[in-house]
Amino acid sequence: MKAIEGRAWLFGNDINTDAMAPGLYFKASMDEMARHCLETVDPAFARSVRPGDIVVAGRNFGVGSAREQAALALAHLGVGAVLAVSFGRIFYRNALNFGLPALTFPEAATVLAGDLLRIEPVAGRIENTRSGATHRVPGIPPHLMAMVEAGGLMLWLKLRLKKEAV
Amino acid sequence: MPRTLTEKILARAAGQQRVSPGEIVTCRVDLALLLDSGGPRRIWPRLTELGAGVWDPDRIVLCSDHFTPAVDAESAAILKLTREFAAHFNIERFFDMRGIGHVLLAEQGLLAPGMFAVGGDSHSSMGGAFGCFMAGFGAIEMTGVLVTGEIWIQTPETVRVNWSGRFARGVVAKDIALFLCRQLGMENGGRVLEYGGETVQNMSIWERMVLTNMAAELGAETGLVEADEVTLQALRAAGREPALDALDWRSDPDARYAAVHDYSATELSPQIAAPHSPANSGPVAGFDTVRVDQAYIGACVGAKLSDLRMVAEVLKGRTVARGTRLLVAPASVSAMTAAAADGTLATLTAAGAYLLPTGCGACAALGAGVLAENEVCISSTNRNFRGRMGANSAQVYLASPYTVAASAVAGRIADPREFLP
Repeated sequence: MKAIEGRAWLFGNDINTDAMAPGLYFKASMDEMARHCLETVDPAFARSVRPGDIVVAGRNFGVGSAREQAALALAHLGVGAVLAVSFGRIFYRNALNFGLPALTFPEAATVLAGDLLRIEPVAGRIENTRSGATHRVPGIPPHLMAMVEAGGLMLWLKLRLKKEAV
Repeated sequence: MPRTLTEKILARAAGQQRVSPGEIVTCRVDLALLLDSGGPRRIWPRLTELGAGVWDPDRIVLCSDHFTPAVDAESAAILKLTREFAAHFNIERFFDMRGIGHVLLAEQGLLAPGMFAVGGDSHSSMGGAFGCFMAGFGAIEMTGVLVTGEIWIQTPETVRVNWSGRFARGVVAKDIALFLCRQLGMENGGRVLEYGGETVQNMSIWERMVLTNMAAELGAETGLVEADEVTLQALRAAGREPALDALDWRSDPDARYAAVHDYSATELSPQIAAPHSPANSGPVAGFDTVRVDQAYIGACVGAKLSDLRMVAEVLKGRTVARGTRLLVAPASVSAMTAAAADGTLATLTAAGAYLLPTGCGACAALGAGVLAENEVCISSTNRNFRGRMGANSAQVYLASPYTVAASAVAGRIADPREFLP
């Protein structure tokens, strides 16, 4: 998996999945839903985030519902990775299943909005270009490495089904 | 070595002698619950892309509840696709507009102690009231379950939450759940909450389901209650004879817990969670100046037959305040039928309640009863995140059915103890 470089977008604690994928847009297209992603927390985010940008959050990011559209909306906007002090359990699984790197980052509070970060998800290395700091964090868990390296659960399932067919 | 209930279930589902907290295991799934929201509409295209079928249609339960009844072309199309999915994959246990999936599993007796079950919705934890392990997952992961029949779990540690003593009048399981959201916080990843003690032993299965349902708000892996006579009675009432080993699905007496919390139900007062978080909770006292536009009885957690009866206890001989509307969306058709038969519904509508169709409704802003800008709602549901039930500026307070009903009568947030004999 390649290194990811992007600008940091900061969020606080307990950012919930309803904020990322509001129920009011459940029947709309992913384009439409993604336009409203996190609007109740940071109205500028969805229209200003650029491909490769990185979400940096506090504790319990993605608490709440099982709606996978929360992780999908971030991926749809081109978010390159999500770093948080901790994650809601279903959001974390959804993100990795879609190939969106999610890393626990205890020192998230050292990052300022707009900092340029360089992340190596497999190794668990985060470099802050502004401060020059390098952080070691837990990488992708070993039992999920094959799935994440394959590009997510769908691609991993394809490989598994192909193997079974042989 | 003594084991917790969770460790016993995961070991059996993983085909191992034992499992330890932190250990990653692959479990065979006994039952998978799919709902119309994160179910066929998201999973079927993926199965098609994979060229895969489902591993075992008899282990799948499918319920249409989030988009019922259709209110526009989009929701109609989602419900149609859900029906076509059931027919295409021969899913016999398909409940189309019969109620909310988590409640139907209990009514139909489809859960049993010791089971390892998964659901495509966070409140799947509700099933843990039956002494089984049931947790929620996203549709992408449910796709994997449908193809392979398995899922990975990092064995959680178990936190024991004991409640002793009897509730004061007007205090119920929902008050415990809201109290715990503040007390234990919403970040309990990697933990199972095992509810027990005298208060929980004395609860009906429906009240236990309130506790396990809101393990989701606590951010836990899931919540559960050990199997006992109440569990067996609930299964028999649903027409299922429990397995001979059903009562074995309990933690060993000397099992090791990551933490044990002991609380007294006797001292608990009615609780309320203020906007915009279930953890923003505290005693209802002090909120009596908050005027209510909408009182809502709905959702898996808060519109079961037992909840409708609580509302009727408060409303009997009273009327909903002018300027306040009380909306009631029963959690299942059988709850509605029973409430019609015993006079509960008549009490509600005579008091001025407005009856809505069965389903998830306004809880997630998908059905009838959504809120306008700046409106205030008191709700028997489980989440009050900003925008959850409609407009972003709407203010949602969470409470028990008793407290919601009392507030509907008062037109402002009220303590139900003033309305009960």
